[in-house]
Amino acid sequence: MTDDTTRPDTTQRETTPVLEPEAVRTVGSPLDGKVPDVPAEQAWDDRRLHYDLVAPANRRKFTVIVVGTGLAGAGAAAALGELGYQVECFTIHDAPRRAHSVAAQGGINAARARKVDNDSVHRFVKDTVKGGDFRGREADAYRLGQESVRVIDHMNAIGAPFAREYGGELATRSFGGVQVSRTYYTRGQTGQQLQVAGANALLRQVARGTVTLHTRQEMLDLVVADGRAQGIVVRDLVTGEVRAVTAHAVVLATGGYGNIYCKSTLAKNSNATAAWRAHKRGAHFANPSFIQFHPTALPLMSEWQSKTILMSESLRNDGRIWVPVRADDDRAPADIPEDERDYYLERRYPTYGNLTPRDVASRAARERIDAGFGVGPLKNAVYLDFADAIARLGRATVMSRYSNLFHMYEQATGDDPLRTPMRIAPGAHFAMGGLWSDYDLMTSVPGLFVGGEVGWGYHGANRLGANSLLSACVDGWFTLPYAVPGYLAPLLGTPPLALDDDAVLDAVEAVEARTQRLLKNEGTQGPDRFHRRLGEILYRCAGVSRTPEGLSQGITEIRALREEFWRDVRVLGEGTALNQELERAGRVADYLEMAELLCVDGLDRDESCGAHFRADHQTPDGEALRDDAAWCRVSAWESPAPDATDGRFVRHDEPLTFQAVPLQTRNYA
Amino acid sequence: MKLTLDVWRQPDAASPGAFESYVVTDATAEMTLLELLDRLNDQLVEEGREPVAFESDCREGICGCCGVNVDGRPHGPEANTPSCEQHVRSFADGDHIVLEPLRSAAFPVVKDLVVDRSALDRVIQAGGHVAVDAGTAPDADTTRIDHETAEMALDFAACIGCGACVAACPNGSASLFTGAKLTHLAALPQTRQERGRRAVAMVDQMEHDFGPCSTYGECALVCPAGIPLTAIAAVGKERMRAFLRGRAS
Ligand SMILES: Cc1cc2nc3c(=O)[nH]c(=O)nc-3n(C[C@H](O)[C@H](O)[C@H](O)COP(=O)(O)OP(=O)(O)OC[C@H]3O[C@@H](n4cnc5c(N)ncnc54)[C@H](O)[C@@H]3O)c2cc1C
Ligand code: SF4
Ligand code: FES
Repeated sequence: MTDDTTRPDTTQRETTPVLEPEAVRTVGSPLDGKVPDVPAEQAWDDRRLHYDLVAPANRRKFTVIVVGTGLAGAGAAAALGELGYQVECFTIHDAPRRAHSVAAQGGINAARARKVDNDSVHRFVKDTVKGGDFRGREADAYRLGQESVRVIDHMNAIGAPFAREYGGELATRSFGGVQVSRTYYTRGQTGQQLQVAGANALLRQVARGTVTLHTRQEMLDLVVADGRAQGIVVRDLVTGEVRAVTAHAVVLATGGYGNIYCKSTLAKNSNATAAWRAHKRGAHFANPSFIQFHPTALPLMSEWQSKTILMSESLRNDGRIWVPVRADDDRAPADIPEDERDYYLERRYPTYGNLTPRDVASRAARERIDAGFGVGPLKNAVYLDFADAIARLGRATVMSRYSNLFHMYEQATGDDPLRTPMRIAPGAHFAMGGLWSDYDLMTSVPGLFVGGEVGWGYHGANRLGANSLLSACVDGWFTLPYAVPGYLAPLLGTPPLALDDDAVLDAVEAVEARTQRLLKNEGTQGPDRFHRRLGEILYRCAGVSRTPEGLSQGITEIRALREEFWRDVRVLGEGTALNQELERAGRVADYLEMAELLCVDGLDRDESCGAHFRADHQTPDGEALRDDAAWCRVSAWESPAPDATDGRFVRHDEPLTFQAVPLQTRNYA
Repeated sequence: MKLTLDVWRQPDAASPGAFESYVVTDATAEMTLLELLDRLNDQLVEEGREPVAFESDCREGICGCCGVNVDGRPHGPEANTPSCEQHVRSFADGDHIVLEPLRSAAFPVVKDLVVDRSALDRVIQAGGHVAVDAGTAPDADTTRIDHETAEMALDFAACIGCGACVAACPNGSASLFTGAKLTHLAALPQTRQERGRRAVAMVDQMEHDFGPCSTYGECALVCPAGIPLTAIAAVGKERMRAFLRGRAS
């Protein structure tokens, strides 16, 4: 098999020279996160009190662009439309409901603390900050916890059928990295139900005329004039028309970039283009190397497999993870007796067991697989076994909890998890990095806001399960509707940027030139082939575990691949009709730039933290070794200016401080 | 294995379309139908021919993007399974497969296998939502919904909006889709005040774009979300209820 992307490190050439970080980056001015100067738990109340307001009659004088109709985008567009602003909303999909949020399975956290299991907002913050290995902002985590309470109420009110206890109250379950039960869910379709409810709330505003929805349109550039984000350039995916739209503020809610690894758990059309284009116009990119590898993805089984389907983490509530005690054990799982099985998570982390956070579980699986204990035909998986749960709870209960996930697994693999354990392996999943934003979700370009996975907020170096749907909902429904008006208020009386402004014309021309360049290139290979090869490089060089050698090698290989892309990519078809090859080529071109920064960030961050595991920074028993003195900060990157001669990225630091949750070593044992 | 694919090629909505025949010689049983198309497209690009346009996104049966007709059947040979989860293992070495876009008057072809399904969203836009502004919702635990009711609502809320039911229906009706949404929302007490208005508005819009339901039942056989045929009964029932009780109830 040519592209087994699940085996990293071993193939790395030992001779690769290690790049010194100084060779690829310089350090720029520090950043201010603009967190209110009050205790973290009071920050949000304080900030809300100080936001400027826009009176209802004046709101319609402002236009806001929202790009993306996922949970974050649909929420922001609907909420801003409800408030009375004119909203122009864009999506690459044919319908808002198809945004990638729809695929989330497991659940959404909320610090409602209704049960007597000793949960609280403070405990939510503690779990979130600790889960993120102290590389996120504490005050942001507080806001997330506080607003989580009404997110559940709101999503329930607009039609999301949350699972209910027999008596009729909302049901909860637990997820990795926590010891309480705070995850709300709808079977294994939580994302779908929240997304559909959100998308329908958006359509309600469309029907009311407060939101204009533009489907099958791709944002390809950001318009920055007078130092402010004032519009975007979009391409109509069906007619090919390129045009600019201007507004008083722009909200990006375009999702994560995990698809840069090609074989990921994300939807095939998830991409980094909107964020990367905004980055090239001045928005700093925070912690690009923080990629979460999900421990319960399906392993690769064949060459043409297009993704690694995710099995919900909720399966770890009842499923037990194990590998054979003996390396290269070829027996069927049922033939391996109990005492010849290694329940390695329960062994290494008795307190959390199978519910350790994702980075810990992924690394432990990777370690067993690389050591030769992997199972399945390609020896690239571990078992997730429900036999005990079935014996304890009965088939019916197990099925009522997981039936659609079991069905999905059976669809994908042809195996029935009721009879034989599932096979799972770590797969590229969630982007914790993203466009840097301050406490108001505003990027380093004034007027450009982010919501949901496109931003860097909350998660730190590892995301706890079920916190991402939450952050997308909170950003969209309950943070941006306060923060965006606060930015707009002083702009009252200014019209949106004229469409014949030089900044607009330049941006449109840049998009057209790039499109033509792709179409006219006389190459031989389609964009997909480059994407696959990029994914192989990244899994190998910037995967579950990283080394300075591997990351340096990655940078070199990515530069070469990018050069080959522009020399040899072939984009068939026209620019004046639906052309999926052209769409893919544009996105892969951006990935090829972004991937270099991802490796630079990983090389530069000379410590292990959360999902960023550097083999040269580990404790004797193989746990991540943080360096708080040097690295308790966010790296927010600027790409080299087009006229820069040394081609080095510029790192801006935002120092992180922790008050409510003091810095401590993460320990899940 | 070797498969021959007759694929509908149509440059855009205005141009006529026609079948073209291609052979893939290295298909494997584990491949999905869409991965087979990926394989074909790689081959076409190599030959300098424009790849086949088809829609997909999640590739795990939840986004509703995918949907092609396989030998005249929406999504493919396996019942209640979306195109992205159909597998080559359903076919035999040497088989001949006909791939077309979902066929329905309400779904104009955009290109090749891609169709425009916005008529479904127009039905939702007409009334498939609940009028609650952000920040105004009561505590979700104050409205108790018993477990069975919540589960029933979920059974119907599972629709992925793929449009296969429309394409399978000899009349091109969207009753399964519309009925699923009506049943889902009607089951939830927190959305009840709009129940009548919603039903009338959604059904009016549905009748505008789609054909009538004659209870053929083809829809439920292809529906990847397993929406039961009882959903179509909700269309008439919810509208009748609205008329009997007056629009606003
Ligand atoms: C398989 C899977 C399971 C998951 N399960 C869970 C879970 O159980 N719990 C949890 O909390 N999180 C989960 N997550 C993570 C979570 O689903 C996402 O982080 C979250 O849904 C992201 O929402 P979003 O609104 O930021 O972006 P998305 O939902 O990805 O929306 C992006 C939007 O931007 C649009 N867009 C993108 N680029 C452009 C462009 N250039 N121009 C115009 N429009 C554009 C898209 O059309 C889309 O509308 C899961 C993720 C995956 C992959
Ligand atoms: S009812 Fe079934 S077939 Fe029809 S759109 Fe919904 S999921 Fe697709
Ligand atoms: S690609 Fe999402 S349902 Fe098939």
